[in-house]
Amino acid sequence: MGITMTEQAAKHVSNFLTKRGKGVGLRLGVRTSGCSGMAYTIEFADEIGADDLQFDSHGVKVLIDAKSLPYLDGTELDYTREGLNEGFKFNNPNVKNACGCGESFNV
Amino acid sequence: MALLQIAEPGMSAAPHQHRLAVGIDLGTTNSLVATVRSALAVVLNDENGRSLLPSVVRYRADGVDVGCHAVHAQATDPQNTIVSVKRFMGRGLPDIADAAHMPYHFVDEPGMVQISTVAGVKSPVEISAEILKVLRQRAEKSLGGELVGAVITVPAYFDDAQRQATKDAARLAGINVLRLLNEPTAAAVAYGLDNGSEGVFAVFDLGGGTFDISILKLSRGVFEVLSTNGDSALGGDDFDHRIYCWILEQAGLSGLNHKDVRLLQSHARAAKEVLTEHEEAAITAVLSTGETVDLTLNTEVFASITKSLVSKTLAPTRKALRDAGLTVEEVKGVVMVGGSTRMPIIQHAVGEFFAQEPLNNLDPDKVVALGAAIQANVLAGNRSEDDWLLLDVIPLSLGLETMGGLVEKVVMRNSTIPVARAQEFTTYKDGQTAMSIHVVQGERELVSDCRSLAKFELRGIPPMVAGAARIRVTFQVDADGLLSVMAREQSTGVESSVTVKPSYGLSDEQITQMLQASHTHAKDDMLARALQEARVEGGRLIEAVEAALEEDAHLLKEGESDKIAARIDALHEAIKGDDHRLVTQALEALNHATESFAARRMDASVNKALTGQKLEELEN
Repeated sequence: MGITMTEQAAKHVSNFLTKRGKGVGLRLGVRTSGCSGMAYTIEFADEIGADDLQFDSHGVKVLIDAKSLPYLDGTELDYTREGLNEGFKFNNPNVKNACGCGESFNV
Repeated sequence: MALLQIAEPGMSAAPHQHRLAVGIDLGTTNSLVATVRSALAVVLNDENGRSLLPSVVRYRADGVDVGCHAVHAQATDPQNTIVSVKRFMGRGLPDIADAAHMPYHFVDEPGMVQISTVAGVKSPVEISAEILKVLRQRAEKSLGGELVGAVITVPAYFDDAQRQATKDAARLAGINVLRLLNEPTAAAVAYGLDNGSEGVFAVFDLGGGTFDISILKLSRGVFEVLSTNGDSALGGDDFDHRIYCWILEQAGLSGLNHKDVRLLQSHARAAKEVLTEHEEAAITAVLSTGETVDLTLNTEVFASITKSLVSKTLAPTRKALRDAGLTVEEVKGVVMVGGSTRMPIIQHAVGEFFAQEPLNNLDPDKVVALGAAIQANVLAGNRSEDDWLLLDVIPLSLGLETMGGLVEKVVMRNSTIPVARAQEFTTYKDGQTAMSIHVVQGERELVSDCRSLAKFELRGIPPMVAGAARIRVTFQVDADGLLSVMAREQSTGVESSVTVKPSYGLSDEQITQMLQASHTHAKDDMLARALQEARVEGGRLIEAVEAALEEDAHLLKEGESDKIAARIDALHEAIKGDDHRLVTQALEALNHATESFAARRMDASVNKALTGQKLEELEN
């Protein structure tokens, strides 16, 4: 299993990383908070931690800490456009229910 | 589900608490909104993919149009279609030079001019708010949430009234203003100059109808505007007009109707844009009369017909440099802003003037908005602390109390922080060994009308005659707005200091009130200052005369003593009164009465000093 990205998402991540001028890849994670228990985090990664798991998707390094993996295993990260808004979207098979906006979820 | 953006390491926001912030370039001709998405500053487009929102507002009896819709109404409904409202911000009717030539029904209101429209009387603040509302809606649709705030840019030369009007417009549009930022500073931030080395930068901003040149100095991550200059009636439109006139001349046209004028004007503009990329532009049009225009404009001809316009930009540039006390060699970089700087003739002229390639790899139409977005992102808390950049000004002057309850301003209002200014003060009385330092904030002349910030004492001044001690008082405001004041006696080095936070507890309204009070009381303040100064001077003179009488009473001639005593009494009386002219008169009378006495004292002391000395010794 692991984590994957759509080609579109990978293209944007590598573009953002180039423009930012530093960073080794993308770090995904979950943390407890929000209206449905868990929330996604998506950050630039400047270094690789000791207990980080690494996945390579379309040439972009995706880092995730071991504790977050059970919640995200099998997730595909996508980049989409909705009207004027655009951004990343988690397609996470582990989610049982999510809050209305989908920003926080339950497994 | 919500669409997420990549955050900086450790800066992920809690769900539903994204700190959405934007930068807004509220321009004279066009306005833009930008944001930082996944560490990248981008301009937000509307549904049709357009980034520029024309700063045009049209009032209808039953609604408002903003932007492109309003632009089309310019010709059909000029009275209710307001263009370039930025020129009216914070301005009274007398300030607007060409009001008579504008199609609007101006209403002369105290403070700011208003415009009577079909939807009622509107102030420039309300009109600007309509533009800001559209940008806010665009931003919220694009970012998928409510904004925490915005950084709005203003020209560097905007005064307090114009800045306040801009803030008010934002508030009316439901936007929380994180900060107003000077346009040239925003452009410099967009180029990341604030992260680079220190130095002087020029920002060359040629828009559609205005030209601004600013000289900025970067030190410790803070930009200071050293000087600004420009021409409020020079821009890309003038270049279009030159081409338009050339077309008329070449095609031998005259007496055109409105429709044909507009047709040729738009062809002129198109030709100018073509010449940015190509050597030649074809101009072909069929007029309503059936006549056809078929011309070719090449870059050479274009350069020759616009040569005087180009040189019109260089004169203010030269002036701005001179005002800043700098030479061309000291300018480290030149930032190009405004769509008209795309013209190769401008690029070339600026490059030649500054003897370096100008920075132009960002879109000159967007660079100000992008810089504002970067600043907004920092202020909204989306970057870590060490990236913090602060560009702020002091809202009210800082100064200290001098004899007679007068304020001596040391740091002037609108100084960019951090700032340090020092001024020397001296003692008032002979043998004075301590000095009380009272730090105040405000624009008024009397301490009682300003806000007291702190008081402290400098002790241990060596006893000297009045006016001989040199006490250097340094005001320093750091990047966090924290003020520290230090007083140091120069000969002994004794010093004393205090730290205060000047803007603490002052709301925008209070600051505005204090500023207004300083304007309405300008004349009273002037008289009060004159009276206090005369009183202080009078008191000082009486003390000096009395000390002299005590020391050299034997030098007085008969009757002189009574005369001087009477004049001293008269001066005492005048000081008790409240007419500064009477005090000055009595002061002069006393001076006059003691003139010959003072001359005799001088002779006597010179005699004393010279007695018993040989000429040769004196020469050494």
